Amino acid sequence: MADMENAGRQETAAPFAIELKGISKAFGPVQANKDINIAVPKGTIHGIIGENGAGKSTLMSILYGFYKADSGTIHINGRPTRIPDSQSAIRAGIGMVFQHFKLVQNFSVLENVVLGAEEGALLNTSLAKARKVLTDLARDYELDVDPDAMIEDLSVGHQQRVEILKALYRQADILILDEPTGVLTPDEADHLFRILKGLKEQGKTIILITHKLREIMEATDNVSVMRRGTMVATVRTAETSPEALAELMVGRKVLLEVEKKPASPGQVVLKVEDLRVRDEHKVERLKGVSFEIRAGEILGIAGVAGNGQSELLEALGGIERATGRISLNGAELPLSGAGADGQSRRAAGIAHVPEDRQRLGLIMDFTAWENIAFGYFGDPAYQRNALFMDNDALREDTRRKMETFDVRPPDPWLPAKSFSGGNQQKIVVAREIERNPDLLLIGQPTRGVDIGAIEFIHKQIVALRDQGKAILLVSVELDEIMSLSDRIAVMFDGHIMGFRDPEKTDERELGMMMAGIAEKGAA
Amino acid sequence: MDYATLLQILDSTLRLATPLLLACLAGLFSERAGIFDIGLEGKMLAAAMASGAVAASGMSIVLLIPLTSVEVVVISPVMFGLIAGILASLLFALIHAVASITFRGNQLISGVALNFLASGITVLVAQRLFGQGGRTPPISGDARFNPITLPFAESLRDVPVLGPLYYEVISGHSALVYVALLAVPASWWVLYRTRFGLRLRAVGENPAAVDTAGISVTGLRYAAVALTGILCGLAGAYMATALQAGFGREMTAGRGYIALAALIFAKWRPVAALWACLLFGFFQALALRPDVVERVAGLKVPVPFLDALPYALTVIVLAGFIGRAIPPRAGGEAYVKER
Amino acid sequence: MDRLPRWADVALVPLISLLLAAIISALVLLFIGQSPVEAFEVMVDGALGSPYGWGYTLYYTTSFIFTGLAVTVAFHAGLFNIGGEGQAQLGGLGVALVCLSLPWPHWTLALAAATLGAALFGAAWAAVPAYLQAKRGSHIVITTIMFNYIAAALLVYLLVDVLRPQGQMDPATARFPVGAKLPTLDQIPGFNLIFQRPVPANVTLFIALAMAVVVWAILWRTRLGYQIRAFGKSEAAAKYAGINPTRIILVTMILSGALAGMMSINNVMGEAERLLQNSSEGAGFIGIAVALMGRNHPIGVVLAALLFGFLYQGGAELGLWTSIPIEMRIVVQGLVILFTGALDMMVRMFLARIFGLFRSHKLGAA
Repeated sequence: MADMENAGRQETAAPFAIELKGISKAFGPVQANKDINIAVPKGTIHGIIGENGAGKSTLMSILYGFYKADSGTIHINGRPTRIPDSQSAIRAGIGMVFQHFKLVQNFSVLENVVLGAEEGALLNTSLAKARKVLTDLARDYELDVDPDAMIEDLSVGHQQRVEILKALYRQADILILDEPTGVLTPDEADHLFRILKGLKEQGKTIILITHKLREIMEATDNVSVMRRGTMVATVRTAETSPEALAELMVGRKVLLEVEKKPASPGQVVLKVEDLRVRDEHKVERLKGVSFEIRAGEILGIAGVAGNGQSELLEALGGIERATGRISLNGAELPLSGAGADGQSRRAAGIAHVPEDRQRLGLIMDFTAWENIAFGYFGDPAYQRNALFMDNDALREDTRRKMETFDVRPPDPWLPAKSFSGGNQQKIVVAREIERNPDLLLIGQPTRGVDIGAIEFIHKQIVALRDQGKAILLVSVELDEIMSLSDRIAVMFDGHIMGFRDPEKTDERELGMMMAGIAEKGAA
Repeated sequence: MDYATLLQILDSTLRLATPLLLACLAGLFSERAGIFDIGLEGKMLAAAMASGAVAASGMSIVLLIPLTSVEVVVISPVMFGLIAGILASLLFALIHAVASITFRGNQLISGVALNFLASGITVLVAQRLFGQGGRTPPISGDARFNPITLPFAESLRDVPVLGPLYYEVISGHSALVYVALLAVPASWWVLYRTRFGLRLRAVGENPAAVDTAGISVTGLRYAAVALTGILCGLAGAYMATALQAGFGREMTAGRGYIALAALIFAKWRPVAALWACLLFGFFQALALRPDVVERVAGLKVPVPFLDALPYALTVIVLAGFIGRAIPPRAGGEAYVKER
Repeated sequence: MDRLPRWADVALVPLISLLLAAIISALVLLFIGQSPVEAFEVMVDGALGSPYGWGYTLYYTTSFIFTGLAVTVAFHAGLFNIGGEGQAQLGGLGVALVCLSLPWPHWTLALAAATLGAALFGAAWAAVPAYLQAKRGSHIVITTIMFNYIAAALLVYLLVDVLRPQGQMDPATARFPVGAKLPTLDQIPGFNLIFQRPVPANVTLFIALAMAVVVWAILWRTRLGYQIRAFGKSEAAAKYAGINPTRIILVTMILSGALAGMMSINNVMGEAERLLQNSSEGAGFIGIAVALMGRNHPIGVVLAALLFGFLYQGGAELGLWTSIPIEMRIVVQGLVILFTGALDMMVRMFLARIFGLFRSHKLGAA
């Protein structure tokens, strides 16, 4: 804390824009925030960094009046302020840009900006005023958006600008952005940071919540680190390093290297040619992707979320329709119509750990044993006869898999929703890996998973490779891609920008490719 | 078909479309705010019973208001009936709101439940009050909404073509018919030109946007459901005190569901709702005159066919064969705050 | 909110909901100047006080088991089938066409054929909304409501203009042949020792109970049931697992419609012995209450159907022996649906608070 106060005094003599003192918040037995103290000087960009589930979002929700803190006080511009609801937060000059935008899709930009900040009961005057203010803001801060465009027609980056405009229209002095770059292209992210710097110069205070070290280093003046509900440190950005922050975040030296032998690739298992996927709005999301994966090889797909990786996994997994050609061990698989579904893919020898295990990989209300059969309910080992399933055999199998994969608690009767994120993931990974597939599709294997489980899951992936299986790994965590992959493909805007050898590249080069700055085609 | 018959049919079209239109606009407010309401039928029925019963009781008050001179204001039984109908409908709307907004219950199931509740309880209460097998006694005079002759209707009657149209079809309805017609532009205006309308549409599309803007989702939705209650109250009162002379068991006869169908047919838009209700009212008017249908169509069209037509058309619209009906995005789902 | 123990979730929540419905019903009775205690006595006496009363109660129960199971099956796939009423009426049409088509030599043959007819017609009527839901995304709740009204209109037309015998005044089919008459409980050896007077409950009761077992087995012991339940919990996840949504929606609704249709063997073939207008008399809707009350489990459905059988027979007795209108049973039905289906969260929150108090008390004592 002492560091922070010094930092504050050096920057400005004015009181802090925000001071949180002793904030605690529990959800049932889970202590999401524990005695949090933080002071943000006026006119600075303040980063809050921490792993998923460290309590960053909860803290900001308290500041925005979404949750009521169990204890502690909030001071805005030096005055103690109660924030029981969002309305009070807005009145106190706080604006929030959520990770998932809170926009009405079939409203115009203008209507979205005005919503909740109307002047009087009739709309005409409000809309006219907003139109003028938007023009000014666009000029001052590089925030131009067509005020009459429908939100659903705007790109993600423009939608985010609308969120910022909403906050500024409400004359917010303090702007909170929750993981703002997760959905942005690198270009859009750069633009965002330019906007934020412009706002800072106008005296606004900005809180940037992220788990990306690079953004903290680039954009912030000070940074606070959260770990498991507590604020472990607040330091000046100029006086710290990514390594130091990373260590603070996880509480010990990060083990970035995964122990693995060099790969000995065998014959081609998966061959993908000119794979294309269109979304429900007929927009092409995967724009002709071709690659091969050999037996005993991990191909890692790097890229910013939303550049076609999900579509790639879902097309290969039989969830999305696609065009092009794919073949497994030389046999072509259909990409639409009959035979292009999850059942057929599994029968062909493709296992799939989906990116979003809670939405796709598990039925949260089903018991662990029911989830072990998910996707494999047709397995002859689980059938008693032609009519009925053999649930006893299924439970026995579940018990065995839970033991092998160290799922805790090892109780097959527990519903999936009762397990922690890491143990849920272990159930999914156990189910898919134990099938002994020729090809494993695995997306975001360690998202929301605790450190111990991360190591375990990484070891399982490498072990499967060493058995001579082909693995397609998709992750937005560049570290994970670098340490696990035998070959890296970088995706940008539905294309593969190029392939790299993890031994002969670095984060800088990959980052450039992820931003779309590199020659296309294989290297 | 001669002109006189056509006018007759159009006249009853307007009469029959009125309760559909009121109920349809009622449903529009609720559903645009994200609360599905298949309980329009029950609310209409409750309102019909309450208004019929109160109007039949003959209660009236004469108010003397001393202004410059003493104004005599008579609140007639039919007005008391109307108020009672609105209150009864509001009560049902409130239960629906508590179940589906406060307790985040299943909106469809709540609607089904309230329809049954209304169906039974109206008969119970009417039987208790009047002992006539669940009906109210026939009402007349100032216990009913009586036809209003619009200005110049008599004098313009002889103008060719338009005169009779004005006299027969447009003039000569009860006040609630005109209220229903005026409710269409009024609803449009509220929905698209006021702050309340903007917020109401927003809460039906993305309640999180409304919540983070510092507006109460619950408050807005309660207000929308209350509007639904009021409009259903008007629809029910019209049934018992204008279209017919008193309440009879199950007198709404599925009109709440036809209104729901019209709402989908109109894709949740007020002006389109008017046309949809007039169309469905027209089918009902035709069903009353099978002779005309037979003469015009040249073959015998079974009445049940006309009865089923609104439902069949709605299914076709729902199937997306005539444009696509996309309901409000947050419809049917309770709002739960998320991190 | 605290989680409730499983036994409370399964048994206590519906019981408290039922209790709340009963309390409000009693208040309604008081409001219309009747004695709830007396009314309850009349109901118990009339519905359960004699074999004769049981004969009626079980007759209603039979119908409600079918429609309750129909709603249950659809619920497990996340589909709300409000169309049980129309499907049951179409099932009645199937029964009538089968029964009138041949001079049936023995009731067993007629029963087998009529069951098939009822199931087929009911299933067909459910298949159209199912197809539209699966292929065109048309909301199945609205389409099944619409199909109820279309079914009613269709049956009016058929009974008035097509199936009505010459010279008959009321809109109904001809009486079924004698060979299609189902044995009632008073005619079945063994049961006739208990039921000594003619009662409407008939062999269909055993088919209904068998169907409860079949539905249980399908849902929890077969691959199809597994897929239905998984699909009902999460459509996106089901797609990941390779479960075909179109197939599941169609198969589930066909099952559901068939079950609703099969109720017509009870009332059309077993009781009326001809097809009348509005033959199902709201049983399709009661299926919703039965399924909700029975927590979407066949055992619960059978128990809830018995409860509603009691309510229906008891309600009829009220109409006969007291001045309470028979519509009282619709009020109770509405209240049960309201409390078990729409206000269950209220009951749960209330219970969770009680359990919470109890727990903290215990902790404090220890």
